[in-house]
Amino acid sequence: MSDYNFAYLDEQTKRMIRRALLKAVAVPGYQVPFASREMPMPYGWGTGGVQVTAACLTPDDTLKVIDQGADDTTNAVSIRKFFEKTAQVATTEQTRAASVIQTRHRIPEEPLTADQILVYQVPIPEPLRFLEPRETETRRMHALEEYGLMHVKLYEDIARHGHIATSYAYPVKVEGRYVMDPSPIPKFDNPKLETAALQLFGAGREQRIYAIPPHTRVVSLDFEDHPFEASKADHPCDLCGARHTYLDEVITDDAGGRMFVCSDTDYCAQRRAEGHRGRLSPQEDAA
Amino acid sequence: MYVAVKGGERAIDNAHDWLAEERRGDASVPELDVAQIREQLSLAVNRVMAEGSLYDPDLAALAIKQARGDLIEAIFLIRAYRTTLPRIGHSRPVDTGAMACIRRISATFKDAPGGQVLGPTFDYTHRLLDFKLAAEGETPRAATGEGLASEMPRITDFLNREGLIQDEPPCDDTPPDMTRAPMEYPATRALRLQALTRGDEGFVLGMAYSTQRGYGRNHPFVGELRIGTVAVEMDIPELGFAIEIGEITLTECETVNQFMGSKTESPQFTRGYGLVFGQTERKAISMALVDRALRWDELGEDNEGAPAQDEEFVLSHADNIQATGFLEHIKLPHYVDFQSELELIRKVRAEAQEAARQEAAE
Repeated sequence: MSDYNFAYLDEQTKRMIRRALLKAVAVPGYQVPFASREMPMPYGWGTGGVQVTAACLTPDDTLKVIDQGADDTTNAVSIRKFFEKTAQVATTEQTRAASVIQTRHRIPEEPLTADQILVYQVPIPEPLRFLEPRETETRRMHALEEYGLMHVKLYEDIARHGHIATSYAYPVKVEGRYVMDPSPIPKFDNPKLETAALQLFGAGREQRIYAIPPHTRVVSLDFEDHPFEASKADHPCDLCGARHTYLDEVITDDAGGRMFVCSDTDYCAQRRAEGHRGRLSPQEDAA
Repeated sequence: MYVAVKGGERAIDNAHDWLAEERRGDASVPELDVAQIREQLSLAVNRVMAEGSLYDPDLAALAIKQARGDLIEAIFLIRAYRTTLPRIGHSRPVDTGAMACIRRISATFKDAPGGQVLGPTFDYTHRLLDFKLAAEGETPRAATGEGLASEMPRITDFLNREGLIQDEPPCDDTPPDMTRAPMEYPATRALRLQALTRGDEGFVLGMAYSTQRGYGRNHPFVGELRIGTVAVEMDIPELGFAIEIGEITLTECETVNQFMGSKTESPQFTRGYGLVFGQTERKAISMALVDRALRWDELGEDNEGAPAQDEEFVLSHADNIQATGFLEHIKLPHYVDFQSELELIRKVRAEAQEAARQEAAE
């Protein structure tokens, strides 16, 4: 792959992305337009995240890529291979060992540190999009801090269903100013948006970049009498026994059998290595 | 027992190998070479060049071969390759008035200086399958005649001379490059035309068709449709003058649209414009209709709320690479979001059933 520049993008493009990133960090939660490039993977498959990662990577970095919390999902494998090929950076599956983590739909269970960057792949960056389809309108609403529509939507959910009917991509307010879409992470992950790590969000098709700098206040939208609740399946992990992690539900037979396992595969493996056991841990392991 | 979706890496590699085998098909059938595709599937090549925004028939033919004939996939390959090319400058505006035409027709005048030239068109063919083509074919030869008129003045210029058609004021501004700057709305006309010329042929056709059926009707006539080659010239700073760097085939369509006047404009004909790489006339005509529909504001017309009048709607959905990527990404795993939806639905259902049970008990 010597035909391509380090991390695929040419240096001018990386500079353009870095300028957008700097602006995004300076105005937390604000969506910065950027001249997204056509990447060799399809739009909607992480092109925004890939461009942000490419602009952040240095040869000394160690990269981890997850999709749905797991390192071995096909698209995570594909993106990790892309950077192994084009940037020859070290890669890892361990959250702790990574300096840059690109993710789709999850925040790792392990608390992140000040020397880590978490890069999110974002499909629709605009939290107001499904209330107002027009970009010209939503940009004006953000500029005027006109977020009434969002609160009305949440209120109507409660009036109709007794709950806020948003379980992922749950909107947050960043540092008391911009309402932001945290990408389709489950709302269970929302409290982890306040972290020591730098969080960068890339939406390639929609040509937007935004950021949450370390230790920024991130509040999930709610009402006093209906406070935000980070929910998950009410089970322990069947492999490692964890009660505090986000779980995937796996169908195991056609008779209603199912099991629950940590969606963060690295975290689950680590716990098992430490000797934690769940309901369905293999017998020989338990010995 | 839990079987994880392990081995993603091996699965991907094997899938790619299988794909390559399927691409080749039955090995006892001779393999297509790129030149055959370029020469014999030239309209597919043209579409890939137009929507891939890269004028290179050989690369387009290679992309078609690699994509097993899936043109959107081929366009994607070209776009991804195009991104890696340095943008070293831009050409001078091409002069389509000086085009060496292979086809030039007007639907508004029976004849005009330069004449009506049908050129290689499907228009009056009977769409009957030609079974002779399935057998070994010989090389068809067309009759040759006198050369075409060297001058083919624009039809709309005749109307313009009488002041019957809305004037298109010349503009020397360097147009924006939508591949180098994020899209912004409202867009300029130059940017709109750029987005339309690389937009999906089917989408632009559908939008144009909707205006003909009454959704933002603008009653178009094909004032002129011309296909041919133009020279591409570039200013070379070191030389201090422009040199010709090559020749490209273009299709240009100018529509003449009825216009009964508005609050700001007097009754006159108006224009829609389409310009596309290669011989791509369905696309060029569609583009001209959609361009005209999007000009309602500039001409002081009413916005009827028709889809084709809605710039943000049309431009943000015209790109098939964006559309297909986002559409197909729903094949990717979504079990984390789906799990959170499951929890929510179970909770809301349990509460609803409990409420119904209590009501029944009372």
